[in-house]
Amino acid sequence: MANESGVLVIAETADGAVAGITLEVLGAARRLADGLGQPVQAALLGQGVEPLAQALIAAGADKVYVVDAPILAEYQTDAFVPAAEKVCREANPSIVLLGQTDVGRDLGPRLAFRLGTAVAMDCLDLAISGGRLVMTRACYGGNANAQHTCKAMPQMATVRVKSQEPLAPDASRQGQVIKVAADIDPAAVRTKITDRRKVEAEGIRLEDAEVIVGGGRGVGSLEGFQTLTELADLMKGAVGSTRAACDAGFCSVATQIGLTGKVVSPALYIAVGISGASQHMAGLSGAKNIVAINKDPEANVFRYCRYGIVSDWKAVVPTFLSKVRQLKAG
Amino acid sequence: MLHMICCVKQVPDPEAPASQFKVDEAAKKVLPIPGVDPVADEYAVRGVEAALRIREAVGEAKITILTLGPEAARDAVKKALAMGADEGVQLTDKAFEDGDSFATARALAAAIKKLEPVDIVFCGRQAPDWDVGVTPSVIAELLGVPCVTRACDVKVSDGTLKVERVLMDGFETVEVRLPAVVTISNELGEPRYPQLREIMAAARKPVAVWSAADLGLDPSQVGAAGSVLSLDRLYVPVQEAQCEFIEGETMEEAAEKLATKLREAKLI
Repeated sequence: MANESGVLVIAETADGAVAGITLEVLGAARRLADGLGQPVQAALLGQGVEPLAQALIAAGADKVYVVDAPILAEYQTDAFVPAAEKVCREANPSIVLLGQTDVGRDLGPRLAFRLGTAVAMDCLDLAISGGRLVMTRACYGGNANAQHTCKAMPQMATVRVKSQEPLAPDASRQGQVIKVAADIDPAAVRTKITDRRKVEAEGIRLEDAEVIVGGGRGVGSLEGFQTLTELADLMKGAVGSTRAACDAGFCSVATQIGLTGKVVSPALYIAVGISGASQHMAGLSGAKNIVAINKDPEANVFRYCRYGIVSDWKAVVPTFLSKVRQLKAG
Repeated sequence: MLHMICCVKQVPDPEAPASQFKVDEAAKKVLPIPGVDPVADEYAVRGVEAALRIREAVGEAKITILTLGPEAARDAVKKALAMGADEGVQLTDKAFEDGDSFATARALAAAIKKLEPVDIVFCGRQAPDWDVGVTPSVIAELLGVPCVTRACDVKVSDGTLKVERVLMDGFETVEVRLPAVVTISNELGEPRYPQLREIMAAARKPVAVWSAADLGLDPSQVGAAGSVLSLDRLYVPVQEAQCEFIEGETMEEAAEKLATKLREAKLI
């Protein structure tokens, strides 16, 4: 194909609405498309999703390609890959963007292969230089950044959650909705989902929390995490954790922050017994203020901090907790 | 007999202190840290663990370890063999170097085809060097088989694989007919630690070394020449935060000061 034009976003839905990450990716797409003088396209795949097309237009899309079919009710690789491929072939974009989510991680590489191109995963920044897309991503656990360009078309990237600003929704924006038939052979779907279970941490969602108390391997026990929970509750926040703490069984996998967990953006992150491995810090790129309590003055976490205390956390957190309670009461 | 291939990758030790991490920007390469040896990717090692657990459950199976890398990558293969795998294949060729995930997958898929019949290909969810997680899905595309990503538990019965997947907010159970590619996440649990006897036995296990020509691949299809994603720049990002260390006569005093400072900044 030639004469590629457009920045196409693979949209995702969550709980019957357009997913937050999709609004962020549309914000980035609009910025890139305006720079290139090209339209923003969106692919909306699912069952009963057509009513959401208008929300995608309000968030920046000029054209929404809707594939609405029962076989797309839940994300399954073998159904979504051909549906997304079909939309991409019809829209013929120069750039395809996805969120770095459960879906994006799985769909991105397969779609890139089918389109005869490559994909840069988990990008932090996207820019246009000389008409080409420059994709910046973290690697080596966040220790380094790499910049890539793609020699083939379309140029594809997945975008890290909370790395891009959505546009203010504008219900008066005009756009075009194009229906595309799914034409997916059910026999082509080789996997069968037999069960899906949500594990939500209690209370405030990590992604929405303004205050997060994060615990690492240094917290040392399940009981230690109970103290952190008490502190988080007091500050109307949530508890987060490192992969090491999850692997040690101190906390639920749903609380994991980092490259293999969630990306969060609290106003305040209190890191307790966390060394600050880059793989964890990668999930905190949106945190506005980081405070750490760690007994190692050389710990990497202090490089990211506004305030730090060098100490065993057990000597600090209980007093900190009482003081916060007293300040809140006063 | 069930045949499982585990793809492993030798990577710089991700546990090395971040302060020692350096890159050669001109060469666009990470500099080795003196005294810190590279290690086998821990996700891939859990893939080997998953294969061993399946072999224990079904009674009999063959496990082949596959790696792509320079001569020194042999250490990662030896580690997997010491854990209990049967034999190794190492893809070593100048032509394989500096490939993107797609070019690397092309070489690995060609090797897997040479090793057929194959029932399951295990890979790590993403290697901790480039943190990408693309290669396994592309191997599956090239082999024309399904791929189940980010597994924390795998079981085989009657030619069907039952996989527990880790999602951002929970878990999913997926069933798939073999053959298939499966990527393993850390939630699978700790891999076994080889005993001395097994490490010695591993030294006698065969490791074949294959070049691009052995796989019937033209050098233009693999490595940097076969890649469409180019690396234009590699650099260490600057951390701008200035940490104010809070001290006190006692740790209790420091804790109270911290709470007061955060209150003044309207953060609590």
